[in-house]
Amino acid sequence: MSMPARNLLAPEPAATVANDLAIVLTLPPRRPPQFERLRAVLSMIAGRILPPVIMLAFVFIVWELLCSQPGATLPPPSKVLANSWELIVDPFYDRGGLDKGLFWHLLASLQRVALGFALAAVAGIGLGVLIGQSTWALRALDPIFQVLRTVPPLAWLPLSLAAFRDSNPSAIFVIFITAIWPIVINTSVGVRNIPEDYKNVARVMRLSGIEYFVKITLPATVPYIFTGLKIGIGLSWLAIVAAEMLIGGVGIGFFIWDAWNSSLIADIIVALIYVGLVGVLLDRAVAAVGTLISRGTSAN
Amino acid sequence: MQSYLSIEKIGMSFERAGARSEVLREVTLHIERGEFVSVIGHSGCGKSTLLNIVAGLLTSTTGEVFLDGEVVDSPGPERAVVFQNHSLLPWLTAYENIRLGVDKVFRRTKTAAERHEWTEHNLDLVQMTQAANKRPAEISGGMKQRVGIARALAMEPKVLLLDEPFGALDALTRAHLQDSVMDIHAKLGNTVLMITHDVDEAILLSDRIVMMNSGPAATIGEVLEVPLPRPRRRLDLAAHPDYIRCRAAVMEFLYARHRRGSGLHAA
Ligand SMILES: Nc1ncnc2c1ncn2[C@@H]1O[C@H](COP(=O)(O)OP(=O)(O)OP(=O)(O)O)[C@@H](O)[C@H]1O
Ligand SMILES: [Mg+2]
Repeated sequence: MSMPARNLLAPEPAATVANDLAIVLTLPPRRPPQFERLRAVLSMIAGRILPPVIMLAFVFIVWELLCSQPGATLPPPSKVLANSWELIVDPFYDRGGLDKGLFWHLLASLQRVALGFALAAVAGIGLGVLIGQSTWALRALDPIFQVLRTVPPLAWLPLSLAAFRDSNPSAIFVIFITAIWPIVINTSVGVRNIPEDYKNVARVMRLSGIEYFVKITLPATVPYIFTGLKIGIGLSWLAIVAAEMLIGGVGIGFFIWDAWNSSLIADIIVALIYVGLVGVLLDRAVAAVGTLISRGTSAN
Repeated sequence: MQSYLSIEKIGMSFERAGARSEVLREVTLHIERGEFVSVIGHSGCGKSTLLNIVAGLLTSTTGEVFLDGEVVDSPGPERAVVFQNHSLLPWLTAYENIRLGVDKVFRRTKTAAERHEWTEHNLDLVQMTQAANKRPAEISGGMKQRVGIARALAMEPKVLLLDEPFGALDALTRAHLQDSVMDIHAKLGNTVLMITHDVDEAILLSDRIVMMNSGPAATIGEVLEVPLPRPRRRLDLAAHPDYIRCRAAVMEFLYARHRRGSGLHAA
């Protein structure tokens, strides 16, 4: 900051000295930098981390008190810790069959979600662009979509079991059919909302259909697409747990159902916490990819 | 005998909810190569409609537009438009916005290196080289409009169509951009059709000023030749007798004979 002033005054040494003095005098009183950093960290902890920690502690205490009463049907946290200690500390154990750590169950569920969700994303974006661009396609498909999207995810399971005659593809199909509707709807809204100006620019430049799609439609629609994807991934995770309870095999849904059948209530509680954490991670991951890709695509 | 740009008996009616509204009637205008023509008129009289018909973005109900002997029936880069609200693509940088049109128009006739050079050349023409890699959200309104002008110029249009290109800018920025447009017109000799609300802007830039009657069913009221010598300098003009006469004529047309609503900046 002081450089230009010094250069201007360079021919006059006396002035330079005076200038330097002035700079030294106007510096704020020095504090050790570690102290500043410590203060920042402390205030961050007080503002962001302390409130949820206090609340969590409060919830655990109330839970402990309520469930320690005689006749309580659910275990208190202390008992959950004691009963499911192995499950909590070692998510990676594998003794064959269904006797695996939570990591393996979650991984199996995530694989199904990844496949079903990827298919839903591709098909959903394609259909969304179609009904966004063509009024005829909108009129033809919209009534069908409106009916299909209200069908609850699990209602599709028996039908898909009948069609695929195998549990794994059926579960993937349930994910697909659950996640696709918000993607279709948001994408089509995005395509319909492309400003008239951009279309006029494209017409003046005589962009071809494919060029228009790549250069205008996709970038203009990215924020809408990611809104749909974010809702879709959340619904997928909701649906997979329910679907796996019915289809069995390795997977977090069946793990929970199996724990219920074996009366391992503590295991259920641990699994639920994991399901919630993974759900949050999925949501954040899609949102992060969205902000990364759509950086700069928002109109000013 | 046809002119470079011939607008022949254009009529335009919009149909909305069964009601028909006639916006333009029998608009005829002939523009020669290299001419700079402004269209001025009250808000809503149909200026943008006329420009969009010339651009090919709208299809007239009656009449036809010819450019260089050919009928205009669809939009195209030989009639590049500078829109009032810049309409740059926000996900592209200034350079990329211009390059998009350059790549499209010169795909066959220029190599990639030549297209790059041509894009840079046009950025330089509007003095935007230093902001080449900025996105529209990161530059000022005047800079966006400069990029919009460069994007249109880079397509080497036969006629440049400007729809109130400086309408959204403050007076100082507007003056800068007017000077830039004048320089570019002097250098390249483009044929320009410009819509404006601003009487001084019209006189400063144009060879002829087309004054439109107020709608509905607007027609061309008067056409005024601006005999001021070029190059024109804004400061020298203020006291020029021709300037004063032109200004009086336009004001007289707009305010005395076709008083209507607001939306004019004739300060
Ligand atoms: N697509 C349309 N459908 C129906 N009416 C329209 C349409 N476009 C324009 N109009 C009408 O045509 C008339 C002229 O509009 P236009 O935009 O050409 O005016 P303008 O002279 O450019 O006005 P301004 O100076 O405010 O930009 C207006 O009354 C407008 O309501
Ligand atoms: Mg207009």
